[in-house]
Amino acid sequence: MTAVAPLRVAAPPEPPATRPRGRRRTGAPRLLVAWGAVGGLVAVVPLGYLLVRALDGGPAGFLDVLLRPRTAELLARSVALAGAVTAACIVIGFLAAWLVVRTDLPWRRGFGVLFALPLAVPSYVAGFTWISEVPGSAGFWGAFVVLVSVSFPYVFLPVVASLRATDGALEEVARSLGHRPARVLAGVTLRRAWPAATAGGLLVALYVLSDFGAVSLMRYDTFTLGIYTSYRGTFNRTPAAVLGCVLVALAALVTWGEKRARGRAAHRVARGTPRPAAVVALGRARPLWLAAAVGVVAVSLGVPAYSLTHWMLVGSSFGIDLADLGAAAAVTLQVAGLGALLTTVLAVPVGVLAARYRGRATATLESATYVAHALPGITVGLALVFLGIRLVPGLYQEVPLLVLAYAVLFLPLAVGGVRTAVAAAPVRLDEVARSLGHGRLSTLARVTLPLAAPGVGAGAALVFLTATKELPATLMLHPTGADTLAVRLWSHTGAGQFAAAAPYAIVLVALAAVPVVLLHRAVRR
Amino acid sequence: MPPVRHRSGLRRLAAVLTVAALGALPACAGAGGGQDDGVLTIYSGRSEGLVGPLIEQLRTSLGGTEIEVRYGSTGEMAAQLLEEGTDTPADLFFSQDAGALGAVAAAGLLAPLPAEVLAPVPPRYRAADSSWVATSARARVVAYNPTLVAEADLPTSLEDLLDPKWKGKLGYPPSNASWLSFVTGLRVIRGEDGARQWLTAFAAQEPQRFENNVAVIDGIAAGTVSAGLVNHYYLYEKTREIDPATFPVRNHYVPGDPLGLVNVAGVGVTAASDDPAAAQRAAAFLLSAQAQQFFADETAEYPVVAGVRATGQSIELPPLESLSPPEVALAELSSLEETEALLQEVGLL
Repeated sequence: MTAVAPLRVAAPPEPPATRPRGRRRTGAPRLLVAWGAVGGLVAVVPLGYLLVRALDGGPAGFLDVLLRPRTAELLARSVALAGAVTAACIVIGFLAAWLVVRTDLPWRRGFGVLFALPLAVPSYVAGFTWISEVPGSAGFWGAFVVLVSVSFPYVFLPVVASLRATDGALEEVARSLGHRPARVLAGVTLRRAWPAATAGGLLVALYVLSDFGAVSLMRYDTFTLGIYTSYRGTFNRTPAAVLGCVLVALAALVTWGEKRARGRAAHRVARGTPRPAAVVALGRARPLWLAAAVGVVAVSLGVPAYSLTHWMLVGSSFGIDLADLGAAAAVTLQVAGLGALLTTVLAVPVGVLAARYRGRATATLESATYVAHALPGITVGLALVFLGIRLVPGLYQEVPLLVLAYAVLFLPLAVGGVRTAVAAAPVRLDEVARSLGHGRLSTLARVTLPLAAPGVGAGAALVFLTATKELPATLMLHPTGADTLAVRLWSHTGAGQFAAAAPYAIVLVALAAVPVVLLHRAVRR
Repeated sequence: MPPVRHRSGLRRLAAVLTVAALGALPACAGAGGGQDDGVLTIYSGRSEGLVGPLIEQLRTSLGGTEIEVRYGSTGEMAAQLLEEGTDTPADLFFSQDAGALGAVAAAGLLAPLPAEVLAPVPPRYRAADSSWVATSARARVVAYNPTLVAEADLPTSLEDLLDPKWKGKLGYPPSNASWLSFVTGLRVIRGEDGARQWLTAFAAQEPQRFENNVAVIDGIAAGTVSAGLVNHYYLYEKTREIDPATFPVRNHYVPGDPLGLVNVAGVGVTAASDDPAAAQRAAAFLLSAQAQQFFADETAEYPVVAGVRATGQSIELPPLESLSPPEVALAELSSLEETEALLQEVGLL
């Protein structure tokens, strides 16, 4: 379905030059709106399913689940965890980006890659390594450490991009006015990077709300865990759907909150020739900052790396079936690659609309793509099972439906990238193109998107790497016999064969690391 | 006419993206084409690592029939089957526990098994309406760390676990199906009030929650807890990887008490199966002496067919008869909603 819209729209618009100047700017091109609406629709597919299931027991049943004391308790626990993890990720992600981009930290290029790499570690792998190496870490703080260690790059990467796009002139002004370095950092640098930091923080918050792997292993009861318990314990889908609805409402609230927090601060695009920002000398604190950077890397990458090696050396089930490993890697590449492609195609118009045509309608559309992101994979998976088997039985448990599931799950990751990149592309260049007789869509295709290409690519890379790690929806929707690395990994750990599972985990992390390095390259430019 | 050229550029871009995104997808779907054409599809809630070799034996046994297996967690697979309804591609549901089979059967998605398939299994281990049959049995045990718990201190009944010495030292998997079956069994044996009484006292012992049985075993081995309520065979899953002599977890059986309830894993044929005969042959194979021997030797479970004994292995199981489990019909263990409500009430879920 989604494919048809763009082609149809190629209907020739009137020559722009004949239009009155005022009309030209009002409203977004209809093609863009239609295409964006497809993205919005795809993203809200699970919501329709949730409503159907949640109201299975009638409004009384809905209220009964909603008003249980347990529901409020789980909500409070989820909110506490998401709030704490998001705050920590913003602090760590921002400071890490500042260290890498603006200071004289030793080996900062290497740290730039290392700080992005934890994104490649699935939360269930990190959670498992922590609980097996430090059994006492279970509970709130264990879940906190695991989730912060795998998700702070969501903040780090956009902040790096933002800091590189600004030239540090304001910081110099602040310093010349006698502000101390700490005050410059908090008052000027952080404020400039704030929209990027909150955008990353939003992804972290939604991710924490939806996460199952880390919280289940760390035995910290959350909303998502309650949803799983409901499915597994009683096979009753109604309470799970009611809880899912609450999660969606919470996500809408968080998304709205982020919009408020992001504020009106937009990218200031430097006029004239950009120049490198002055390097901040860390001085005597340099060893301390270096130790902190090493500590972050040790916690986020060192522990999982140590543990995976340990599994391989200790377990008796160790053995590498290269053919099986290769097949799983190929399937993973294929489905995650197609997932990234479809997601990006759907995200481009939404991101462009959000960046270039700000208004209530586009804001709603953008938010719509975010709300389902807080839903656990099992809920999105069941929604697509429910709809897929009824609407497109021929595609059920085939690649297209799985790829669509990835688009539903990960659309916001790409939308954010597109929006930020398009917002950073100078509007002036668009206007030049328009004045030379290009239509709005032509300008978009020839000028805006090429300028925003690194950001769009970064979004696609983010979707790719997240899709390689996805498990619950993949388990339900993958083609029978075509297992992804995550499925193989799950399969072995489920039988307690951790040594046999380790190679799959390592290849999974290695595969996901490729886009992470590319991502880092893209934002460094 | 530059604008025209640029529009065609856009059109090309749109076309390329569209074709790539959608055109390529069905092409990648492969020749499988989705629905089963003479393919027997098994939804297995039991992991590939455990039952994979058995499926290979099934392939040989069924000869010409092509078999496809999807692995998943039993709970998630039951939810998926319920969403798929009568359109399910599955022919067979191989479940980790009776509750999931009961839920799928209650939705009318399982077809009754013929008498000749059910014949080798005692009535105790099949559904009253023949919609599913047990393939293996497993006992509830108190797993413990021998360095932390002296043998003399091991419980001989539910009540012993309420002793203050166990406070904060017990582990349990709140969302695990076997644990829920145990609580349901407790309700059946002692009535709602009796069950509530014990569960309230148990909750006051501040037992620690774990994600699943394996996590409980890990917690016991690590000393996070001293003992835990699990199924007997999870210990053997661990000792496949780790030398049993150095692994500090032992099973303690509690005969004649709700703690020693016996659960089953089982199989059912879907009502939507397009080849019920082949699906029934597969179910019959799982009850054959060959498959039952596999469960006894490889997954350390109890066979449900008389005359099969574990052979030549390090695992020493007490005979099923010696466990004298409480007399609870498996069909009585399906009242999971009430169990969930009770567990929520006492704060254990």
